[in-house]
Amino acid sequence: MKSIAELEAIRKKTLDQINMRTNKEGTRVVVGMATCGIAAGARPVMNTFVEEVGKRNLRDVTVSMTGCIGVCRLEPIVEVFNADGTKATYVKMTPEKAARVVAEHIVNGRVCKDLTIGAVEEEENKA
Amino acid sequence: MDYFRAHVLICGGTGCTSSHSPKIQQEFADQLEKNNISKEVKIVTTGCFGLCAQGPIVVVYPEGAMYTMVRVEDVKEIVEEHLVKGRLVRRLMAGDTEAEDTSKSLENVGFFKNQVRIALRNCGTINPENIDEYIAYDGYKALQMALTEMKPEDVIAEIKKSGLRGRGGAGFPTGLKWELTAKAEGDDKIIACNADEGDPGAFMDRSVLEGDPHSLIEAMIIAGYAIGANQGYIYVRAEYPIAVKRLNIAIEQAKDYGLLGKNILGTDFSFSLELRLGAGAFVCGEETALITSIEGKRGEPKPKPPFPAVRGLWQKPTLLNNVETYANIPIILTKGADWFTTIGSEKSKGTKVFAVGGKINNTGLVEVPIGTTLREVVYDIGGGIPNGKKFKAAQTGGPSGGCIPASLIDTPIDYETLKEIGSMMGSGGLIIMDEDNCMVDIAKFFLEFTVEESCGKCPPCRIGTKRMLEILERITGGKGEMEDIEKLEILSKNIISSALCGLGQSAPQPVLSTLRYFKDEYIAHVKDKKCPAGVCKSMMRYVIQADLCKSCGICAKNCPVGAITGEKKVPYVIDQDKCIKCGVCMEKCPFKAIFKNV
Repeated sequence: MKSIAELEAIRKKTLDQINMRTNKEGTRVVVGMATCGIAAGARPVMNTFVEEVGKRNLRDVTVSMTGCIGVCRLEPIVEVFNADGTKATYVKMTPEKAARVVAEHIVNGRVCKDLTIGAVEEEENKA
Repeated sequence: MDYFRAHVLICGGTGCTSSHSPKIQQEFADQLEKNNISKEVKIVTTGCFGLCAQGPIVVVYPEGAMYTMVRVEDVKEIVEEHLVKGRLVRRLMAGDTEAEDTSKSLENVGFFKNQVRIALRNCGTINPENIDEYIAYDGYKALQMALTEMKPEDVIAEIKKSGLRGRGGAGFPTGLKWELTAKAEGDDKIIACNADEGDPGAFMDRSVLEGDPHSLIEAMIIAGYAIGANQGYIYVRAEYPIAVKRLNIAIEQAKDYGLLGKNILGTDFSFSLELRLGAGAFVCGEETALITSIEGKRGEPKPKPPFPAVRGLWQKPTLLNNVETYANIPIILTKGADWFTTIGSEKSKGTKVFAVGGKINNTGLVEVPIGTTLREVVYDIGGGIPNGKKFKAAQTGGPSGGCIPASLIDTPIDYETLKEIGSMMGSGGLIIMDEDNCMVDIAKFFLEFTVEESCGKCPPCRIGTKRMLEILERITGGKGEMEDIEKLEILSKNIISSALCGLGQSAPQPVLSTLRYFKDEYIAHVKDKKCPAGVCKSMMRYVIQADLCKSCGICAKNCPVGAITGEKKVPYVIDQDKCIKCGVCMEKCPFKAIFKNV
């Protein structure tokens, strides 16, 4: 038999799992998953996003995919759309970097500037 | 714990199941496996989305993209394009008039945009066979509130305050019914649910049972607590196998969680619930007949009073509500009666679910605030009449209800207004008719149904409806006389005042209401021997117009009874004595030279 507290725990846990069916606002993480993206390793990057978002119970964050963004040489590319409509484009992503983006950008609102397209391009130009 | 990035919801209601949604689900599983993403994407069977005309329906979250009329062959494309590459498969998305650039997610489709879903809140969103998903959307929270924070009389007061009225048809105030049953003498009381949905064309209760069975179970436990009953029965039609299966699963899950049984949620309240299957008699939807049927006797009605609230099942006070009524209860408690009263009309609060069918584009289930006009339901949500035809009338309340003619299309749909115009809310079947429907034929159809379903206990219903049907058959057969129309009216009044139960008392309604608004059609049948809509076969002739006929002989070749003769260069003719009025010749004529003469 379940107690009221146990019911509440089930409610919370299950809501985290099925939340994507109702939630329409909040942060959207879009991973480029065209051939170029997948070849460059976009799948583990996306899986990391899904896992991290799930583990942290981030209810207003959805992770979805998109096609080729166009700068294939910088894949895997991930765009994070904030609730206010602004966005950051992260390039040359890895699972480790993905975890950092979740922790710093999505949870704490600090864009990981060194991973964005602007910073990476600048680095490349210098080199 | 597994995390998924996408959920694929596949409709498992009766409608989509019969158009092979289980096969589609299997194909999704195979394709996900093939593309190595079965660990990332979760497949969920849900209840009815309501847009049955466009089934089978598949919805993919987080985008909320709705795919309609999905075939097994389409699954590969949805998986490879949408789920692997993130590109929506536009050609399969809800065929709506919305601008192309809006993403056609659920909320943007006109059919859903104009609805308020309360009773159907979880249908198409949760997996009905998983109690956890029901709990996630505040399921069993109302029960928890009732048992721990409210006294039984508080629960009844809240329901009374909400203004909820019975959704089975008559619209009796639910809170008052609960109060009467609570106050009735006797310690041993019973909760019952009428899930014997029998009106032709009505299937909203089925969708709740299939899509959200726990909302009914939760409401019945709450009702038990409120009126002091420890035993409940759900009387459900055996013709609803998916509903029966899911109810059984749901009851077992609720028992496992201790939500049914002894000392629910650790309180001293106990409640148990059982299913009783109906054997397909329409009369068993009438409350006293339903009660005798649950008792194991032949399903026949009894005179009222005593009402079930005083003496029902096994002579004990019994609270009997319909499925849709119960489905409203949990959300009234969690969101409060004050919230509920903001929805609906002056005298009727909340929403009503309609099963919209007939000559309409979006056949399916529609839930709208009470007081919404028929025009909004037909055009804004229903998508209008197919093939550019004109709206002629809507039939509400099935065999107990009546017609709303086109002139009253702006009538707000409400218990009182419908009664005033000679129809009734009924359980919520809404059949739309266009100019090709003959109103006398419609009345005959419903009377055939009641004659078939009359239990035979009382003579007004057993004999009276049969006599009425004979008159209608005479009229549609071209042998009617003007006094037949009068006889229909007199018989109707006598049956209404003398039949034993609701079935008989309301059986003449379809005739009375068509007589009220479409008397000219009856007169045309009787005096001119013509059926203006061209439905009644006895009054119809197919003729070949000589100057258009090219003597090709295609009509004669296709005529199944050899009624058409002719030769080269001479127009063909139809032998009216042999013609069975099937209409094949008209369909096949390449020169459109054959006409239906009404």
